[in-house]
Parts: sequence; structure tokens; C-alpha cells
Amino acid sequence: MTEQIPPRWASETFWKKTAIWVTGGSFVLLVILTFDSMAKIAAGGSRVQAYSVINKDISYRLDKSKQRYQPVIGGDAPLFGKSLSEEEAEKLVDLGKKTVQAKNCMNCHTLLGNGAYYAPDLTKAWLDQGWISKESREQMMVNFLLDPEKNARTFGSNRKMPNLEITKPEAEAIVAFLKWMSAIDTNGFPHNFKAIGAED
Amino acid sequence: MTLQAYQEKAAVCWSGCKNRHAEFMANPHLSGGQKLAVHYFTVAMVLFMAQLLFGLLAGLQFLFPSFLYEILDFNVNRMVHINAMVVWMLYGFIGSVYWFLEDESGVEIVGLKWGQLAFWVLTGAVTVVVLVYLLIQFGAGNDTSLWLINEGREYIEAPRWADIGIVVVVLTFFYNVAATFAAGKWSGIAGVLTLDLVALAGLYLAGMFYVTNISVDQYWWWWVIHLWVEATWEVLVGCIMAWSLMKLLGVRRQVVQTWLYIEVALMFGSGILGLGHHYFWIGTPEYWFTIGGFFSALEPIPLVAMVVHSIYDSGVHRFKNSNHPALTWVIAHAFGNFLGAGVWGFMHTLPQINLYTHGTQWSASHGHLAFFGAYATINIAFFYLAAQQARGNVWMGGDLPNGWRWKTAAVLLNLGVLGMTVALLIAGYEQSFIERAVEGSTWAGYFAAQNNAWFMQAMVWRMLFGLMTAAGGGLLFWDLLEIGKGEQRPAAVISTETSA
Repeated sequence: MTEQIPPRWASETFWKKTAIWVTGGSFVLLVILTFDSMAKIAAGGSRVQAYSVINKDISYRLDKSKQRYQPVIGGDAPLFGKSLSEEEAEKLVDLGKKTVQAKNCMNCHTLLGNGAYYAPDLTKAWLDQGWISKESREQMMVNFLLDPEKNARTFGSNRKMPNLEITKPEAEAIVAFLKWMSAIDTNGFPHNFKAIGAED
Repeated sequence: MTLQAYQEKAAVCWSGCKNRHAEFMANPHLSGGQKLAVHYFTVAMVLFMAQLLFGLLAGLQFLFPSFLYEILDFNVNRMVHINAMVVWMLYGFIGSVYWFLEDESGVEIVGLKWGQLAFWVLTGAVTVVVLVYLLIQFGAGNDTSLWLINEGREYIEAPRWADIGIVVVVLTFFYNVAATFAAGKWSGIAGVLTLDLVALAGLYLAGMFYVTNISVDQYWWWWVIHLWVEATWEVLVGCIMAWSLMKLLGVRRQVVQTWLYIEVALMFGSGILGLGHHYFWIGTPEYWFTIGGFFSALEPIPLVAMVVHSIYDSGVHRFKNSNHPALTWVIAHAFGNFLGAGVWGFMHTLPQINLYTHGTQWSASHGHLAFFGAYATINIAFFYLAAQQARGNVWMGGDLPNGWRWKTAAVLLNLGVLGMTVALLIAGYEQSFIERAVEGSTWAGYFAAQNNAWFMQAMVWRMLFGLMTAAGGGLLFWDLLEIGKGEQRPAAVISTETSA
């Protein structure tokens, strides 16, 4: 039996060339989009706020024209009563982020919706109504992080956060990190979230 | 028992292991590369068992939250569960490539000694990393913790020192592959494989730095996770599958290579920009809605192509093959990849749906079926190929003595994972409705969904199917140790197809 020559569209060389061009083209596009995205998500832009946003009041409300929830940055509301410079704020948020990584928070919680599903999402944790009032929030959060078992907030689930030997400076830094993260424009995720104080 | 008695026992055990290893290294049926492959496969199976064990512990904590509280917390169990999975899959892939490298290139592996050394270094490093995960668990919020204990980033938690080790080992593996093909003959499979390994190693670097800005952090983190799992791993598996279809069914090289190129074009064409479906909610610009939604919706197409390809080849060859368990797992791969990665991924990839499903048990449901269907299956197929060859290329067709074992293991594993997937999907639906749509994603809403009877029921079913999966895993382990032992019949000879 003689070897049949396949039509061009089914030939090995045609698909080899297609594979190379498609892969190369997609990758080049991804690199271009990455440069653009990096510029747009640098801290201090409109999507990701400067670290000093922790000096401000932050809320999360429905933007009726966009039909999407968005962070709203308000007037002065310094964290732990102390207004920080951009540099100081970055240092504090950095310690918070490092602590969140070192304590492996992401394997129970989600951050920006990514992680594990054993504990609540932390994207808007700063704005959660579970902290009762804006006045009590900071202290409640720090107390909880320092001794999660004693200050357990299990909502009837019996799931308790373990004691992760978090120090006071680390706990305050985590709160700063969570406050800064809550100001990120996440394109409306989570949807329908009623922030603390947003009912006013 | 006294300390001396323990020491004596350990010495006996150690010398027993050494003897068995020496005996294995003298196995006349295996080439140098294949012996190294079996090393990788052995550790992969051990890690698979660890994945199952820690998955069960984490699953139990959903039902009994005080179980192992502050001893082995959920985050530790879950981290070991997913890390064991990533690592055993990589071990399986590396082993599979070593398995066919000499056959495909026509020459002995260049620099095999370095490859062997890299195996022991990697295995030593993995052992240390796991021990640190279990015994130290977490550190203070500083760089030392990230370098020595745990980086705290899902899937790539390995501390930085281990990252550097992994890169060195992967480069050694790459050297073995590229140098061997260079010394022997290049083929379509060889070309795709070599380039894919460059991408695979290069992408890992994107996950090896710390940044404060979590949006930037997650942007690059997805480069590693998505471009590994939904692009380079898929192509790597395509190469492995291409070679195994030639060996198992005798499919013509031209056919598999043409298909391989089609799959690369479709896989990278959809998968590279499909990365955008992870960029909907992390702070990145809105254009990712369109790009990510569109390209990720195309991601199932290559997987459909793979199913068509497999059914066509199996049909043409009337399922005549030399290794029934391996072919069974290859078939499980074709369908599992399509269902788990393709269908389950597609179900929640569009932003309009993902807004409600992102970060719920939907992802866990998809993850379980996709990783199992796309990757565990093909590795298990290779374990069976290795078992057959190691025992003298013996018969592995019908009428195998104790054939119930591999069949039962396959049924338990596939049904178990499918059952867990469906249970988690129900939990995901419930969470999307109650926590997200109704309650608006607050913490109270989260727990309202977690405490709901439907959610709890789903967790019970997940546990039962998890136990079924674990039973299947144990049986598989036992079968791989025993299958083909004492078999006298030679393997069936499969003639290569001559013309289309």
C-alpha cells in the first residue's frame, strides 16, 4: 500500500507552523498586557491605593452607573489614632503582608478570593459588619488575632482560628494590611457586600 | 525495647533496603533512564498516599472542627495535601520523561549520573520541607520564615531555599533531556517536550520573589499556577500521551505528532491568554473580563480534541494493546481531563458566573476532578508500564492472576474522585446562593452557608467518597508492588500501524 499524502490542512508541517505562531503570538500579547496591568496596579494608582490610604475612612458601595460595588475613600480616619507617612504606612502594611504569609493564612482563608475555603474571605474583612461598630473594630481585630480562641467568632460553626503566636506589632500590621487591601478596586467582588457603616 | 535494640532493628532495616536497592539496580530488564524513572515513580506513589492521608484529615476537620486543633490545624493539613499533590505529579512527569527518553532519542541518557544525583537531592529536600511543615508549621512575620519555613502562597508554599533547589534540579533534568536528544535523534515529540520544559522551568521563577502589593503578588503567582497547570503541564502530558499511544496501541508517529501540534496550538492558543480568568477580581483592569472570559472559554477545545483522538485511535486498533491497566488509565485520562479540566472549568469561567462562585467550593470541586483526571491518571498509566517492564516485559493483557486488584483500584479511585467532585459542587452551589447571592459575602453570610444542612450533608458525602478514594489508592499501591510477579507469559506484541 502506498503512503497517502494528507491534505495541507491535515499535514504535520502546517500544524507545526500554526503551533509556533499561535504560541508566540499569544505570549507576545500576554507580555504587552502584563506591562499595562503592572502600570495600572502599582500602589498609588486608582485601582490599588497608596499604602497611606490606611489614614482614611474606607467604605464599599454600589456604583449605580456601573452596577458594581466599589471602594469609596472618605475623610481622615487614622489607624490606631496615628496618621502615618507613606513610607511608614508601607512599612506597616509590609509587616502585615509578611505575617499573613508566614502564618499561612491562605490555607484556611481566601485573599481576593484565592486560597482555601475553611475560613471567611479576607478581601473586605476590614469592612465586615461582624466588627459591630467602626469605633470598636480596630481593638476587636487586634484582640482576636492575639488570642483567637478566647475571642473566638465562630458564628455557630465551632470552627476556631488557632493561636498562631502573633505578636502585638504583627497583629496591628495585619489590621493595616487588611485595611489597605479593602481599598483595592476588585471590579465588584464580592458583590452585594454591605460594609460596616454603609447603611448610614 | 532498649535503645540498642532499636539501633539494631534500624541497622537491619537499612541493610535490607540497601540490598533491595542493589538488587533493583541490577535489574536486566530496565535501562538506566528507566531505573531512574522507577525511583521517581516510587516517591510519587508515596507522596500520593500522603496526599490522600492529609486530604482525609482536612476533610474530617470540616465535620469535626476540634479534631487535631492546634496540633495539625486545617492550614497545615491542607498545605501538605496540595503540596504532596503538586510534587507527586511533577515526580510522575519527570519519571515518565526519563522512562521514554532513551527509546525516543535512540541513545543512552547523557549525564545520567547528574540526573541520579538530582533525584536524591530533590527527594532529600522534599523530606526536609515536609518535616518543617509538620513540626515547625509557621514562623514570625519576617523574611527568615519565608526563606526557611513556609512562603505562605498557596501551591507554592515551599520556602525560598527549596525553590532554588527545585530550579537547580529542573535544570539538571532539562540538561539530561536536551543533551540526550541532541546526541541522538530529534523528533516532533522531542522538540515540543524540550521547549515546554524551558517554559516550565522559566515560569517557576515568576513565583520566587516577595512583594508587598498583593495585586502584583497574585498577578505573578498565577503566572506560575495557571501557566503550569493549564498550559505547560497540559502540553507535557500531551507529549507523554503521544509516546504512550505509539507504544500501547501502535499508532503511527505521523498521526500522533500531527495531533500533538494541533493540541499545542489549541492549548497554548487558549491557555496563555486564558490566564485572564484569574485576573477578574485581584485589582487588575477590566479588560481581563473580555480576554480572560473569551480565551478560557476556549480552553476545553483541545481537551475535546484529545478525546476524539483517543477514541479514534482506540477504535482503529480495536483496543488491542499490550497493557490493559495502563490503557484503562489512559482512557480515564482522556475523559477525566475533558470533564475535570474542560467541563468543570468552563462551568464557572465566565465572569458573570465567577463573581458568585470565585473562592467557593466550586473551585475545590473543579480542582479535585481536574488534577485527578488530567494528571494523576496519566502518571498511574506510566506506573503500570514501568511495573510491566521491570518484571521482564511480561503479559498484562486479559486473564491476569489477581486482575481484580487493578480493576477494583481503578473503579474505587475514579468513582471516589467523581463522588467528591459532585459533593463539593453541591456545596459550591449552596455557598454561591446563600453566602454570595443572598447574604452578600459577609462573614455572617459565609458561616450561614457553612452551617447550612445542605453544606454539611455535602461534606459528609465528600468524606465518604474520600474514604473510597483512599481505599482505591491503597489497593493501587499494593497492586503495583505485586502485579506481573511470577508471570511467565511475554507481553503481547503490538505491531505499528503502517498506513492510514
